[in-house]
Amino acid sequence: MNWKTTATAMGLALLATTSLARADGELNIYNWGNYTSPDVIKKFEAKYNIKVTITDYDSNDTALAKVRQGGTGFDIAVPSQTYVPIWIKEGLVLETDPGKMENFKNVAPEWANPEFDPGRKYSVPWALGTVGVVVNTDVYKGPADSWGIIFNTPDELKGKVNVVPEMNDVIFAAIKYVGGQQCTTDKEVLKKVRDTLVAAKPNWIAMEYNTIEKMGAGDFKATSDWNGSALRQRLANPAIHYFYPKEGYGLWSDNLVVLKEAKNVENAKLFQNFIMDPENAAGLSAFHRYANAITGSDKYMPADMKDAPEVVIPEADKPHAELQLMCPPDVQDLYTKIWTELQK
Amino acid sequence: MASAEEVAKAAERRDVRDRWLLSAPALLIILFAATGPLLIVLVYSFLTPGSYGDVRWQFSPEAWVSVFMERDIFDDTLSIAAAHVTIFWRSIKLAIVTTIATLALGFPTAYFMATRSEKTRDLWLFLITIPFWTNLLIRTFAVLQIIRNEGIVNAILLKLGIVSAPIQILYTDTAILIGMAYVYLPLMVLPIYASMEKLDFRLVEAGYDLYATRFKVLRRIIFPLVKPGVIAGSILVFIPALGAYVTPSVLGGGKNMMLSNLIELQFGQGRNWPLGSALSIAVMVIVMVALLAYVRNAGRSEVRHG
Repeated sequence: MNWKTTATAMGLALLATTSLARADGELNIYNWGNYTSPDVIKKFEAKYNIKVTITDYDSNDTALAKVRQGGTGFDIAVPSQTYVPIWIKEGLVLETDPGKMENFKNVAPEWANPEFDPGRKYSVPWALGTVGVVVNTDVYKGPADSWGIIFNTPDELKGKVNVVPEMNDVIFAAIKYVGGQQCTTDKEVLKKVRDTLVAAKPNWIAMEYNTIEKMGAGDFKATSDWNGSALRQRLANPAIHYFYPKEGYGLWSDNLVVLKEAKNVENAKLFQNFIMDPENAAGLSAFHRYANAITGSDKYMPADMKDAPEVVIPEADKPHAELQLMCPPDVQDLYTKIWTELQK
Repeated sequence: MASAEEVAKAAERRDVRDRWLLSAPALLIILFAATGPLLIVLVYSFLTPGSYGDVRWQFSPEAWVSVFMERDIFDDTLSIAAAHVTIFWRSIKLAIVTTIATLALGFPTAYFMATRSEKTRDLWLFLITIPFWTNLLIRTFAVLQIIRNEGIVNAILLKLGIVSAPIQILYTDTAILIGMAYVYLPLMVLPIYASMEKLDFRLVEAGYDLYATRFKVLRRIIFPLVKPGVIAGSILVFIPALGAYVTPSVLGGGKNMMLSNLIELQFGQGRNWPLGSALSIAVMVIVMVALLAYVRNAGRSEVRHG
């Protein structure tokens, strides 16, 4: 190729890329992997003529570390409730005041003024869920609504239990199991937590995230897990059930915030408002398989989620739910030590 | 006269300048891509952890202390960091066993390849390098499919009636070793093959002519001559095996931490970047000491044999 044709080709390529971005605007979303419904995004793009780009992350810590470095080019991120106060405190998020947005009226009252973002000054609910126990009832038929499945494994499940290695979730569960409060620094309780964990570990087969496939294939017969994952497992094998531990189980919610360094602030605000619409919220749920905090969205929910016990917490189990909090750094330090002790 | 001297000086100056300019790309890469990041890790290991990840710019030897010592969270006594020692030892042990296993498998493989005809040799070499085209994670998952309870091995054993229930291989130490040996085998075969290929097989024949047994030929002729390949292969396997992360967690189930999991924990949920940095440097030092000891030892025994 001679110089002239190369230059022409480059020019054409440049033209092609710029014409692609000929939408009225752009929106760069930074979200967990496999979490953003392509259908809802398409709808948003069509409605406002905005080009949306999605980048994945795999943990709250990764997202926080990256955004803190700055210069990411992202407009939006979706941290968990435990991390939202950190994002706010570190000045990473923009005060967009979603509480005053048009669709905010749809947010369920119990999520309209959460302690992690009082008055909803920054964040909009994206998804919410629980951490509980999944059991293959073909193998174990006894009562399973307890963390005892994990920490005092019944004989049928010994050597077949998996634990999702999410440190804060596991320690939370163990504290609840021994009757303590989350983020406790009570040494007596923590000693019990450590002893319980260390004694329970020989009955576990693995500590893995890949539960959907392994429960399906039968490598695991029980696991600690998130409710959305449990739903997928039951749809693949009806014998697999999700249980809400009666000692207390963690409630979490991921929340959409606009970054302070966002270049497309107006588009990001449009998106915040857009996902509080019941139909769109249901569209997001249909994809990520978790509940949302938008009243009226149940009408639009897919049939297999409408009455799913994994998504809609049964009345009897509701009192045991507890919103998980971010523990202070010195407490976190103790938990890391117990965790290292457990996995050494 | 003076002008000639000046010309010579100018030429020399130009020469020096050219030399710097020509080596500049290499120097820049070494400085910014190799040494620079390491220096950052070193500096971070002497700082104070930030509240939620990252570091605070305040000197603290705390990270280095906690690499070796731990304060019991219950009775506050200071003792050797048993958890860290256990985890370090687990990784070192795995690296050593992997090196031995790949050597045991790789040496005969390389010998077999080197003794084929010139044409077929290329084919064997090609077959050995094929796995490199695939991502490590995919190769590990392939092993998982073979050894899991519903996997190929158990299906065959069940069908033949050798076992009545599937054998639990997945999530055991055996599984980790199978995976590691498979993944790192080419790294051992290739350097041994490279030196084996240059081996003059007439020496082997001469050995037999002088009534040496097969074992003696292997020990006194073949092995000393391919030793550089064995050393290179062992180093190539040992170092990455020490930091292995994917294979042990996928096949071992992730119940027990490896060195790299411990380091990852500090940068992730543990939020103690200085400790993570200090642990990383400690691993590097261990590798360096082990290598020096190994190379020196290997060199000395060569002298003795020679």
